[in-house]
Amino acid sequence: MNRPLKRSNAPIFWGLFGAGGMLSALLGPVLVLITGLAVPMGLLFGADAMSYANMLAFAQHWLGKAFLFAIVSLFLWHAGHRIFHSLHDVGIHAGPGAKAVCYGGALLGTVIAALSLLSMGF
Amino acid sequence: MAEKTITIKVLRYNPEQDQAPVFQAYQVPFSDDMSVLQALLFIKDELDETLSFRWSCRMAICGSCGMMINGNPKLSCKTFLRDIYPETVRVEALNHFPIERDLVVVMDDFIDKLERIQPYIIPAAPRSLAQGEYLQTPAQLEKYEQFSSCINCLLCYAACPQYGLNPEFIGPGALALLHRYNADSRDGASAQRMELVAAEEGVFNCTAVGYCSEVCPKHVDPANAVNQNKTTAAGNYFMSFLKPRGTSK
Amino acid sequence: MSKRRPYVRPMAGWWRKNPFFIEYMIHEGTALFVAAYALVLLAGLVCLALGEAAWNGWLGAMKHPLVILFHLVTLAMIAYHSWTWFKIMPKTMPPVVIGGKRLSAAMITGGGLAAVALASLLALGLFWGMTR
Repeated sequence: MNRPLKRSNAPIFWGLFGAGGMLSALLGPVLVLITGLAVPMGLLFGADAMSYANMLAFAQHWLGKAFLFAIVSLFLWHAGHRIFHSLHDVGIHAGPGAKAVCYGGALLGTVIAALSLLSMGF
Repeated sequence: MAEKTITIKVLRYNPEQDQAPVFQAYQVPFSDDMSVLQALLFIKDELDETLSFRWSCRMAICGSCGMMINGNPKLSCKTFLRDIYPETVRVEALNHFPIERDLVVVMDDFIDKLERIQPYIIPAAPRSLAQGEYLQTPAQLEKYEQFSSCINCLLCYAACPQYGLNPEFIGPGALALLHRYNADSRDGASAQRMELVAAEEGVFNCTAVGYCSEVCPKHVDPANAVNQNKTTAAGNYFMSFLKPRGTSK
Repeated sequence: MSKRRPYVRPMAGWWRKNPFFIEYMIHEGTALFVAAYALVLLAGLVCLALGEAAWNGWLGAMKHPLVILFHLVTLAMIAYHSWTWFKIMPKTMPPVVIGGKRLSAAMITGGGLAAVALASLLALGLFWGMTR
């Protein structure tokens, strides 16, 4: 049988999925612990650990900018790709609609993150 | 003393009579050393000669007697009643394949896929008789040896939901065999096979469920073969942008 | 005429029929929490860009008991993602041969989890140093 083969463009999404999966596996728990629990509950760190001045300075440094951009966008690409496959798993056809929502959402988040970070200047 | 018996529920399907498969229960004498295959043979010989199933070697090397036993893909010759008794044994045709009749599945799709992966050594530069044999070091053997243990029993296909959801997917077993030849130092055809690996039918259908490797009766790790090929296919994909070589075949 | 009429069984509910698949769906489901947390951070970034008042609004929202509860659940789910990510690693990565011996599955998973511990300590230390 010689059906014509079409090259899959999955490596792009799979690569972003893998990078985001690795980053969230390594840093996800500790980031949630810091930003979602310790700081809001006033534990471990000073009361104004995430003050406007502190965080703006962090986000204006090129390294901080790169870190925040990588975290937000790669987490979204990781999750988008996984959710895309999970929709297929539960029988929701992985057509253009599902693709637009999962990957489009990640792309939109990436653009918003980039614009926000750029608007804060260096 | 009354003889011990065990209940075997078999999913029956007769395409000439049945709209859909139904379970039928049989009482089979139980002994400690009986396999599920022996119980089916007892049914066929003594209780119901219409029961259809495939088997041959009775020693886990022919790969014919794969079936779902209490919901898991198993070789029936390698699964013993003593490990299930006194529970009921539930036997069904291998998941994700069309049922031809009773426990017999249609495996044409797998045979087609097996052909497509070119499961034989294609030397980069064939050696003449005068040049002698192909030599291989133990380290080179190690690279593909486990993948060469595959007996085409299809348990990994029955374990793979992605194959069940999309039968276009080449699937764990054939991809493990593909990798077995790619990883062989005597073979030079990985570039040819890449077209299939990287295609929409290829490795990227896998979501690393990993159950294929759990159920393999020969300890092959198809999940690893598939995922190693994701890495090479992704590398190949991105490299193809760096050095355009005209249109692909 | 052929009497063949192969019967194709439906796939509906496949993942409920085997504990292995239930676990798979749970670890795939961690993606919902990764996405939700990324959106929380994204909202924070937007607020930070909008100015001090917006940022303080975001900080205040983070203190809401329900948001704290959400982060507790998210912490558990993302930690589960970390565990399953490295548990499947031996199957998803190419074999690593060190000194002629293939690195065992337990070593790969253990190494990954050690990396999580190290990265976490490093992040805590850096954050503490930067905000002191």
